[in-house]
Amino acid sequence: MDWFPLYNSLRVAGISTLITFFVGIFAAHYVSYAPRVLKGVLDCLLTLPMVLPPTVVGFFLLKTIGPFGPVGAVVLDLFGFKLTMAWYSAVFATTIVTFPLMYRTARGAFESFDETLFYSGQTLGLSDAFIFWRIKMPNCRQGILAGTVLAFARALGEYGATTMVTGYIPGRTATISTAVYQLWREGNDALAYKWVGVNLVISFAVLVSVNMLDNRYRGTQ
Amino acid sequence: MSLSVRIKKNFGSFSLDVEFEAPDGVMGLLGASGCGKSMTLKCVAGVISPDEGRIVADGRVLFDSAKKINLPPQHRRVGLLFQNYALFPNMTVERNIMSALAIRGKRNLRGRFAELAEKFYIRGLENHYPANLSGGQQQRVALARIMASEPTVLMLDEPLSALDSYLRWQLEGELSSILDEFEGTTMYVSHNRDEVYRLCEKVCIMNSGMTEVVRSVKQLFESPNTLSSSLLSGCKNYSRVKRITRRLVHAVDWNVDLTCREDVEDDICYIGVRAHYLSPSDDDGEQNAFPCRVIRIIQDVFHTIINLVPIGAPVDRDFSRVRMELSREASRSIRTGDIISVKVKPEDVMLLKK
Repeated sequence: MDWFPLYNSLRVAGISTLITFFVGIFAAHYVSYAPRVLKGVLDCLLTLPMVLPPTVVGFFLLKTIGPFGPVGAVVLDLFGFKLTMAWYSAVFATTIVTFPLMYRTARGAFESFDETLFYSGQTLGLSDAFIFWRIKMPNCRQGILAGTVLAFARALGEYGATTMVTGYIPGRTATISTAVYQLWREGNDALAYKWVGVNLVISFAVLVSVNMLDNRYRGTQ
Repeated sequence: MSLSVRIKKNFGSFSLDVEFEAPDGVMGLLGASGCGKSMTLKCVAGVISPDEGRIVADGRVLFDSAKKINLPPQHRRVGLLFQNYALFPNMTVERNIMSALAIRGKRNLRGRFAELAEKFYIRGLENHYPANLSGGQQQRVALARIMASEPTVLMLDEPLSALDSYLRWQLEGELSSILDEFEGTTMYVSHNRDEVYRLCEKVCIMNSGMTEVVRSVKQLFESPNTLSSSLLSGCKNYSRVKRITRRLVHAVDWNVDLTCREDVEDDICYIGVRAHYLSPSDDDGEQNAFPCRVIRIIQDVFHTIINLVPIGAPVDRDFSRVRMELSREASRSIRTGDIISVKVKPEDVMLLKK
């Protein structure tokens, strides 16, 4: 059995989770201090990918980074390579689709953070950066970790947007989810079942860890 | 050393308009819940910016809207003890205090920590997390942490209100000795007049976002001069008044004429009479005596509360009920429904401005 889809899926999910982790936390932090109207608008925009069909996200992406899209065309002109139909194309798709998960859980954690801790740190003379990294983040740790795990799981299972920008090239762009579809189409049920099994094991492990984090989080409250 | 504050801030439905001078020692900021006391402290500490005004502590300008000065809270050296103490839950007692100590210099951290631990009775608790401390211990750690940051102004936001009554009494004693030792200005925020009376020398009354003049605590409790300060000093009986002669007023809500000891100025709108200064009278013709109907008799822990309605008083008004407090002995013969005569001495009639 060729393990490339597993390797590729983990690689794509890992990179997109890393990006979404920092951008999501930054966005959550920024939005939680934004004025009310701006907050509502930003919140809608940043959550949109969660409710849009993945095919719509894929369509927008193709129109942007495809060889004729504004970004894709410029990159092709300057650097001579295409942003679509490569393994890293899936990173764009999964980052956008998983972003709302990270952003929303991080924002929830930040909003339940007791703001008087921030204030008391400031009046004691502690710098804002110290308070953010050493007090706010540790106290929101469980929420942020849960968001990260969820984003990673969603990235592993992403199909719609990914298949539109990467297609299915065995050994180059195949992921677990695109492999399952392709194997079913070819009538290779035996191999499809194997990948379905792999997928189930990973998803199960992820959900168990999210639940454990959640319980620990409640335990500390 | 002193603290001078003159600020305004508009929150839409609520606005803050605060002006006071706090001398050395402990000044109480007394007001009902939600009148803007905590907001005032946050403005002085710098975690919230006022719209305009000026804050000066010990000659250092912390905020001045005209000169565009707005020091960050980190540079104000204003220690603020929050109602929930705001200890960092992810740090041990030692790290909580060390984080503040390290800001004021890295030298001899251990020694300085040991000194604070000794002084605030937290030895043995160094490795505990805040969640495992009692309310009293949390307060001592929070105070030690504030003292570690070497503030020049100390502000306490209802420090005792989260505690039950026994612990509260014990902590008040500890707090009072800590306040005695602190050399700068202390502001003590509370809605509890008894605490303020015991712990503070001066007091500033706050009423829906506005401050009144700073007075000595004795002055406030013995002769409050406005309706709101009188309410906060614990007086229970009020009536609107019309001036009749120099020392005679008509209490509109009680339908009675009362003689006062002091001259009635033009701006006097109310009178107040403390519940324990009312007493039954044997003779209706006595000075400042008036007939009342007894509506309710309530047994309190150590005395009896008698609710009365003066005869001829307009019943639909808020102020027309009168409350009299008597010892159990003195109240024995009074029954609900009785009509009794009640009197107040002229010196016990407090004249109040709006």
